[in-house]
Amino acid sequence: MKKLLLTAALVAATSTAWAGDVIRMGTEGAYPPYNFINDAGEVDGMERELGDELCKRAGLTCAWVTNDWDSIIPNLVSGNYDTIIAGMSITDARDEVIDFTEAYIPADPSGYLVLDADLDVTSAVIAVQSATIQSSFVAEKGWTMVEFATTDDTIAAVLNGEADAVLGGLVSIREYANDELVVLARQETIGGGVGMGIRESNGDLKAKFNKAIQSMKADGTLNELIVKWEVGYTW
Amino acid sequence: MFDFCTDPAAVEGTQWLACYLTTGKHMNLYFSVFTVLALLAVTAPSALAFGFAGATAARSPLLPLRWLGKGYISLVRGVPDIAFFLFFVIALDQGFEWLRHQALCPDWTAPIRQGNDFVVCQAAKLPLSSDPQWVHEVYGFSLAVLTFAIVFGAFAANVLFGAMTAVPHAQMETAAAYGMSRRQAFWHIMIPQMWLYALPGLSNLWVVLIKSTPLLFLLGIEDIVYWARELGGFKSARVSAYPHGDWRVWYFLGLLVFYLAFTVLSEKALGRLNSRLQRGQATVGADATGGARS
Repeated sequence: MKKLLLTAALVAATSTAWAGDVIRMGTEGAYPPYNFINDAGEVDGMERELGDELCKRAGLTCAWVTNDWDSIIPNLVSGNYDTIIAGMSITDARDEVIDFTEAYIPADPSGYLVLDADLDVTSAVIAVQSATIQSSFVAEKGWTMVEFATTDDTIAAVLNGEADAVLGGLVSIREYANDELVVLARQETIGGGVGMGIRESNGDLKAKFNKAIQSMKADGTLNELIVKWEVGYTW
Repeated sequence: MFDFCTDPAAVEGTQWLACYLTTGKHMNLYFSVFTVLALLAVTAPSALAFGFAGATAARSPLLPLRWLGKGYISLVRGVPDIAFFLFFVIALDQGFEWLRHQALCPDWTAPIRQGNDFVVCQAAKLPLSSDPQWVHEVYGFSLAVLTFAIVFGAFAANVLFGAMTAVPHAQMETAAAYGMSRRQAFWHIMIPQMWLYALPGLSNLWVVLIKSTPLLFLLGIEDIVYWARELGGFKSARVSAYPHGDWRVWYFLGLLVFYLAFTVLSEKALGRLNSRLQRGQATVGADATGGARS
């Protein structure tokens, strides 16, 4: 019934009803290699390629929007864009507020990026990006934690000596590892896979993207993308 | 941009720097300078208008109007900017969409609030999701101007309210003795003289306004601070053809120079305005600011 009304409203609205099908894809643009802003100032990364392909398979026209990580969920539910595709892990707490498609990247363990390879993380100051699975993990453990708005800031905090270690997605912190910064052997398994966030009331869109993700899983193109961008395990 | 930039890995020295500083991303940074300047140019007069309306309302002989003015001033001044920007703008945007929804989609029966979601029909979306990106940007920009105007308007209203009170009462009484109505005395005696008292407070506000543009990113508008952060952050070879370490300190140094230069220029302009306003001002006004020097 709802769907019928929606169609009716769309048709009744204007002659541009078809163009109304532009799906706005919300991302952070600061989480390489998942999503980042390239030299040309455009959204790039594994999720850009994935999102464009998913839209193609689902027959949707998509536009890309960047938004601050902190307000990325409020802006989705208030309708400023239609999906979140920003390396967001599927968690129960988030699932209460928004819906997720099925995961397009399997769960990626979290790791520690440190200056001193012998660090005992349980008694160290841990830098995390706020409102991430890592920040809730450290908070639960009761360790000393400092929160930052972006991944870049957490790295800077360790380099400045403000914190001893960054806890972040393994894929993302490996991007920053060099002769100075090393990744600890210790890993934490937190959170589910990475999925697209969609408004709970938008079941249609979720079904479309689920179907597209399944088809990309089935023909191996999703695995190719995961290998190409080195974003963790394949399916 | 330049011919030799086709292979960034091959160029070195100044050529490399020339290529690096002319990437599309850097162009966004340069463009955002104009965004910020345009925002300030539009916001300052609008905030002044809000402030003037607020101050006039707060002085009104009508009680409800007075309450409205005073309520606006104290309420907005009391709420932290960041909370205002996060909450108020989303509420304002939803308010517009709700109104359009009522007008454009009367047949729609599904509830607008569905759990956490705010769902209006496609035609009521503002801007329409089919609109090109620039429409979204202009809309965001206008929301930003409106929000800034309301926030800074409240502070300006308080400054103007004080300035109106500072105009010597004898002046107003003289105006009345000459047979001027309340309205005439307000427009011809009080307003021309109050600016001198208001200027120091308003110039403070102007400087604060210049520096609060990073709040724009909360509204999805990419200002100079956003781009400086983004460009200065660590870049691996996979992300950029110009890989580099954490260069934020250099970019922020640039921002520092920009903001300081802007503030100095503003101070100069405001100083000139101040001496101009003093010309022909009744004695007490001139005494208040210039008298100490003589």
